[in-house]
Amino acid sequence: MLVIGCGHPDCGDDAAGLLAARRLREMGLEAAEASGEATSLMAGWEGHEDVLLVDAVLTGAPAGTIHLWDARSAPLAREALRCSTHGLGVAEAIELARVLGRLPARLRICGIEGRRFGPGEAPSPEVLEAVEKAARLIREEMPCTNRE
Amino acid sequence: MGPQGSRTTRTVKVDYLARVEGEGALLIKVRGDRVEDVKLKIFEPPRLFEAFLRGRHFTEAPDITARICGICPIAYQMSAVHALERALGVAIDPQIRLLRRLFYCGEWIESHALHVFLLHAPDFLGYEDAIEMARHHRPVVEMGLRLKKIGNHLVSVLGGREIHPISACVGGFYRVPSAGELKSLEEDLKWALEASLETVRLSARFEYPDFEQDYEFVALRHPEEYPLNEGRLVSNRGLDIDAAEYEDQFVEQHVKHSNALQSVLRKRGSYLVGPLARVNLNFDRLPASARQAAAECGFAVPCGNPFRSLQARALELVFACEEALRILAAYDPPPEPRLEAAPRAGRGCAITEAPRGILYHRYELAEDGKILAARIVPPTSQNQRRMEEDLRALAPRLLEETPERMTWLCEQAIRNYDPCISCATHFLKLRLERA
Repeated sequence: MLVIGCGHPDCGDDAAGLLAARRLREMGLEAAEASGEATSLMAGWEGHEDVLLVDAVLTGAPAGTIHLWDARSAPLAREALRCSTHGLGVAEAIELARVLGRLPARLRICGIEGRRFGPGEAPSPEVLEAVEKAARLIREEMPCTNRE
Repeated sequence: MGPQGSRTTRTVKVDYLARVEGEGALLIKVRGDRVEDVKLKIFEPPRLFEAFLRGRHFTEAPDITARICGICPIAYQMSAVHALERALGVAIDPQIRLLRRLFYCGEWIESHALHVFLLHAPDFLGYEDAIEMARHHRPVVEMGLRLKKIGNHLVSVLGGREIHPISACVGGFYRVPSAGELKSLEEDLKWALEASLETVRLSARFEYPDFEQDYEFVALRHPEEYPLNEGRLVSNRGLDIDAAEYEDQFVEQHVKHSNALQSVLRKRGSYLVGPLARVNLNFDRLPASARQAAAECGFAVPCGNPFRSLQARALELVFACEEALRILAAYDPPPEPRLEAAPRAGRGCAITEAPRGILYHRYELAEDGKILAARIVPPTSQNQRRMEEDLRALAPRLLEETPERMTWLCEQAIRNYDPCISCATHFLKLRLERA
């Protein structure tokens, strides 16, 4: 399984995906990081059958809520993944790949609900707690002999 | 999002302008048939990179400034290294010069392919976005994605990684590629050149609004080359200066509605930078293949129609691929990847051509190589006033259009510039009021 953490390191809770990827690496697991720009993301998962994207989301749920969506089964609510300022972000990558037949055989989204996204802001305590929880949940699924 | 109001008072409001990098807002007020006010609002907080640079060693500047933008980090690195090398009196190896041009070609290919195919083409083909367009024009989107990927790959070979590359430094590169590494790019770039020529042909099939403007085009001009890293700064109204004279001619102004400063020519006001300006001022420096493709497609200079900036980008894709292939063929790895630059007090300015237009850097250094002052003027700041003026000219022509089409065309007029609001500081929301 390829894990890609998406986000911006210096925009508050938008760092959630990157922090989860870093935490997984601390646990001895492999996890990639991406800014969330659509074309690079699509190139990043090319050739992988099983992909899990971790990203900050805004659905209106309490901050720190962890969502798990199957991106192959139905189009995603694009508004939930609008945390990026890129012209084309994570939601566009998934929907464009769906139209072009470039989705991995299995693509899931681990969304971490954020509440503050200002430049220079620190991630919220709720999100930091959720990052740790998400990393542990992902670890349960990942085959690796070098765990903490 | 959408239009509201009576026959004489109408408000068209778009809360999120799609397909631009970063975030901002636009307000247009129309009373009767008169446009009362146009404001491109950039409310994102300033990011203060110039202040971060003070007190840092000059060797850190290329990596710090590359963080200003995820789409055009090489432009920041190139303007930084050239300005610092001028301050330090460093003359680089000719092969390093070629590698820097090649590096820049990679950024132009990835940035132009993203904008032409995924952000701008949907406007001309009548789709809400690239996803809808892909349902009906799959080969076009696939071609754009492959082109962008080739640009990204070129950047990662030279820069160590695609986003925020880490190899460029004052005096050269921390690591230069072997001839074999560059040779491995050749087949992809040959495909990219053909795809770029096809892009020019594709762009000729789009319908462009009749909207010719009287611009002062500003771009670099080099005695022999299409400009990337070097040249004098020229315009179609007599400007012809060295980068060191930039601040004598241009001034940044603060306007209340924008956190990004607006740059204007001291004597003449707004001006246009970017692909359309470059192509107008340097058409004769484009490779013969690009000039021939332009002629076959009915694109001629002077061209003051900002909607045709898509065609200028397509022509520059042809140039970037041809130039990259030329450099690959001539590449002989330099004896040293970089020249050591000894610290000294000094002042250096440089302008390079970012995908969206000229990018000015100035540094003042202390004897120990610490940065005393830095000044950065990104292309979107330079085009910001001109974007507002385009809208001021365009809006009165759209009063007979449906409100939906009027809004669509105003958004498109912004997208003509491929603005990177994140660079200029970052969110664009469009609000059109009729009062």
